[in-house]
Amino acid sequence: MRDMRSMNAWLLALALGMTGATSLLLAQGSSAAAIADGGRVFQNTCSNCHGPDGNEIPGIDLGRGRFRRPITDQDLIQIIRTGIPGTPMPATNLSEEQASHVVAYLRSVATATPTSSAVGNSARGKAVFDGKGACATCHRVNGLGSRLGPDLSDIGQQRRSVDLERSLVDPDAEVLGTSRFYHVTTKDGVTTTGRLLNLDTFTIQMIDSKERLRSFIKADLKGHGFADTSGMPSYKSTLSAQELADVVSYLALLKGRVTP
Amino acid sequence: MSRLIAAVAAIVTIGVSLIAQDVTFDRIMHPEKEPQNWLSYSGAVFNQRYSALTQITPANVKNLELQWIWQARSLEKFEATALAVDGVLYTVQGPPAQGSYQVVALDGVTGRPFWTAEYRPGPDAGPCCGRVSRGLAILGDTLYLGTIDAHLLAFDAKTGRVLWNVEAAKAIDKFSITHAPLVLKDKIIVGVAGGDRGIRAFIAAFDAKSGKELWRFHTIPGPGEPGNDTWSGESWKTGGAAVWNSGAYDAEANLVYFGTGNPWPDRDGSVRLGDNLYSDSVVALDPDTGKLKWHYQFTPHDMMDYDSTQVPILADLQWQGRPRKAMLWANRNGVAYVLDRVTGEFLLGRPFVKVNWIDGFDKKGRPQRVAGKEPTPEGELIMPTVLGATNWAPASFSPKTGLFYVSVWENTGTIAVSGGGRGGPQRTVAGTGGTPMGQATLTPNTKKEDEGYGAVRAFDPHTLDKRWEFKMNDITWAGVLTTASDLVFSGGKEGYFFALDARSGDLLWKVALGGQVNSGAMTYAVNGKQYITVTAGNALFAFALRQ
Repeated sequence: MRDMRSMNAWLLALALGMTGATSLLLAQGSSAAAIADGGRVFQNTCSNCHGPDGNEIPGIDLGRGRFRRPITDQDLIQIIRTGIPGTPMPATNLSEEQASHVVAYLRSVATATPTSSAVGNSARGKAVFDGKGACATCHRVNGLGSRLGPDLSDIGQQRRSVDLERSLVDPDAEVLGTSRFYHVTTKDGVTTTGRLLNLDTFTIQMIDSKERLRSFIKADLKGHGFADTSGMPSYKSTLSAQELADVVSYLALLKGRVTP
Repeated sequence: MSRLIAAVAAIVTIGVSLIAQDVTFDRIMHPEKEPQNWLSYSGAVFNQRYSALTQITPANVKNLELQWIWQARSLEKFEATALAVDGVLYTVQGPPAQGSYQVVALDGVTGRPFWTAEYRPGPDAGPCCGRVSRGLAILGDTLYLGTIDAHLLAFDAKTGRVLWNVEAAKAIDKFSITHAPLVLKDKIIVGVAGGDRGIRAFIAAFDAKSGKELWRFHTIPGPGEPGNDTWSGESWKTGGAAVWNSGAYDAEANLVYFGTGNPWPDRDGSVRLGDNLYSDSVVALDPDTGKLKWHYQFTPHDMMDYDSTQVPILADLQWQGRPRKAMLWANRNGVAYVLDRVTGEFLLGRPFVKVNWIDGFDKKGRPQRVAGKEPTPEGELIMPTVLGATNWAPASFSPKTGLFYVSVWENTGTIAVSGGGRGGPQRTVAGTGGTPMGQATLTPNTKKEDEGYGAVRAFDPHTLDKRWEFKMNDITWAGVLTTASDLVFSGGKEGYFFALDARSGDLLWKVALGGQVNSGAMTYAVNGKQYITVTAGNALFAFALRQ
């Protein structure tokens, strides 16, 4: 449902906010050929810095429509072509048509459909999240819940529905770097496990199960390493297909707090 | 009368000072006579990035402490190595977007600026990969800077005033200059970047006094020239082969050496069939005429962006029982090489990280590719990653230990997919961990070892056997400095600057600088006190022993 709404909103934006050749290009740009072309251009021109999924620059996730400031498709085309002064984003030599294809590609990635055939209900999903799923034991949404796991307040902007569903049923299939768990054992035998925040040659930073920010000097430890699993339980057998779809629907709506 | 004597004495003193700061080419060629100075990008035209200074030792390096910091205005990556001339440091930081370069003369003892000069590149400047400068050059009392709008500028080293400004190429045609110029007798040698924007690159010599261009060597041969037939169709016109790091010079051989970048389009070889000379090569030129004397191509018909723009390192070795004038080269393609720098003869090549695209060489040193290890429609994992096993960061050779020291990236690869027209889509599966290109500021790291890591590795150049390594969790864009007291200085993306034992690789000292170390360190001395400098974030730091 969310995906359909996103697509509708985008088309509406096209209809209301754009005129002339550009909007026509973008409307036509939804064709498979244009999206494929945009994908090739993106991987060739943009992915060196933004990464293959467009999410390797902090604060920016091109594939999920997440930017550092509100942005329209026309803004995107302009930025792709002329760069952003004061930042490492350079101008490219792409034509307006090519740039519009890149935008079409990014929009297509952002609106990829989930794998579940069930249609979710976000209100029911929130109830499962807060109740049966006990998700807040580890996760936080808009200031409520634990900080041990990743904060999900804007997870709907960060991850596609298909990714959210996979994380629920097979959480170890793909664990993002920011969601990895790590354990350390001090020389007096005390073991601490937490979500890894940062790791370098000499030190480790994590948030532990009591939500304390902890930093360790490797040389002072008896041992340390990544946890074998993500720490997230699978809900494949504990939630029904409908409940899973409901939770995904709820998570997909989490776009971060809106400041009044 | 006494006042007159004092005035004369003052003039003489000033005069001596000025003369002392006048950098003749003879001084540049003999850095061993004045180890307190650092007169060219890598300290000497052999590019060994080795200092004879010995005040800081493995025993006392733990007593290094901060002396001063100079913070640049731009938050671009600070990639320059400073020059040190009789107590004065000269360095440059690239311009922010719509801003200016900062060229600065600093007191080497206090870090206080004598002067700061600015140059604002034109609006057409559009370097592919950062508005950076890797450094200045000096000859006489003139500093030289290549700019991202492809100009070459001369500054008065005493005042910072611009003496001349020539357009080496047109920025609107996508040319730029990012490396420290190379001084060669009375010439200033630079190459142009822009290979990933479809230029046809060149190396050019300019008269040091006037800026007049004296010769130009195109790194891609034109029609009728040998090698042009290694480009199909018209692809030679936009084939790249850029130059974005400084060169080396051998006076006895009378050869100047530069590395060249990847062919363009970088990931699609179908539109540029052939070896694509002289991309991914080292070219040896006659410095008087710019004529090609020999070349060696590290990666013929590259489809993995394996720029060969590392700094050539010249070293005199005992090779199989006789002296040999060698060139050492740890390449972005994952293979380390030893060449005869007089003839270009291939002497040895061995991977220095995990690679899977090459399984040996023929008798002439041409790499033998592993069948199937090239971009395919389904995608093929190729190691190292497109950003390389090492990149531009300068390596070092210590004549004292006889070892070759390199910053490396291990466990990196790219799934390369063909069929993308001017550039096939591809996916990096390991190694760069969210920071494909260098940045100035720190970024969190949560990578596992099999997703790539950085290291400083020491190799015996006679065999290219690895003697030791110092592993980091994250990758590194930092160069390596060695000293005659058997110290190695380097750093990395984690923001540490550290000293290692040059013979064992043991960590001896470290400091967290709060920004990524994106340059090679440098050492100098003033009034008998040795200093070590390095950039991190947007600042230049100087360290010396606690008094």
